[in-house]
Amino acid sequence: MSINWYKYASPASFYFLAGRMIPYFSIAAIVLLIIGLYIGFFVAPTDFQQGEAYRIIFIHVPAAWMSMFLYLVMAFWAGIGLAFNTRLSSMVATAIAPTGAMFTFIALWTGAWWGKPMWGAWWVWDARLTSELILLFLYIGFMSLQAAIDDPRRADKAGAVIALVGVVNIPIIYFSVQWWNTLHQGASVSVTQSPKMAASMLVGMLIMSLAAWMYSIAMILMRTRVIILERERHTAWVAELKGAAR
Amino acid sequence: MIWNNWSEFFSMGGYGLYVWGSYLVSFACIAGEIWLILNRRRTLQKYLGLRDESTIREKK
Repeated sequence: MSINWYKYASPASFYFLAGRMIPYFSIAAIVLLIIGLYIGFFVAPTDFQQGEAYRIIFIHVPAAWMSMFLYLVMAFWAGIGLAFNTRLSSMVATAIAPTGAMFTFIALWTGAWWGKPMWGAWWVWDARLTSELILLFLYIGFMSLQAAIDDPRRADKAGAVIALVGVVNIPIIYFSVQWWNTLHQGASVSVTQSPKMAASMLVGMLIMSLAAWMYSIAMILMRTRVIILERERHTAWVAELKGAAR
Repeated sequence: MIWNNWSEFFSMGGYGLYVWGSYLVSFACIAGEIWLILNRRRTLQKYLGLRDESTIREKK
């Protein structure tokens, strides 16, 4: 039995596939969120240096990770859409941007509200913070550029260019704490070394990251479906949906 | 259990403002995004005259 991968490349069939998948990702996000928050606030101990303020980590780090990860995924799909002229790929890239921008804002906001008690400042022009702010402007730039162009296909191409150019900012954010002498701390979690965090703190943070990931998938699938409907409203299969309405 | 009572929990070791300020705004953003997408979908369905598509079986 050979799998026809391209079946779901068409917006029409992807529309129904995504519709069936969204509930599973939504439920996973909610369950993981509850577990993560429970561990974060009721299991993880008090930090010997920061006391209770460190508990912001359970929303700050997942949001920061998602802001970088979603940008890469957005640039990937934008690039595929540009290279192969596949409408659905560009629609997915367009659907990712708002969620990525939101997580970037959350990372900046929670970082500032964590920095104020710990560093004594809401904001410092530190390498990590500044490059994350640039990431926010890149997301906003992508969204406004696409909104400024009427023809969706041309907007996709223009968006793809800005998305791909902006990819260079992601390693800058990630390695900023090593390349420059930053106020922001270095990476506490790495795939190569053993973790430098208490187990329960680490587990809480990882579960919250999974929750953020499930949430992002559910949100992006929902937004992709709406974009599909908006762009394909003149097609037969959408008309058939309409037909079912009467 | 880390917290002896709820007031201690909400004071968050004196950092309550910062911890709850972070969490409230973060969840407000998430709730806002969810509301926006549901609203966008509702208006689109009304505009396109679609019924709630969960009642429409995928055509084989």
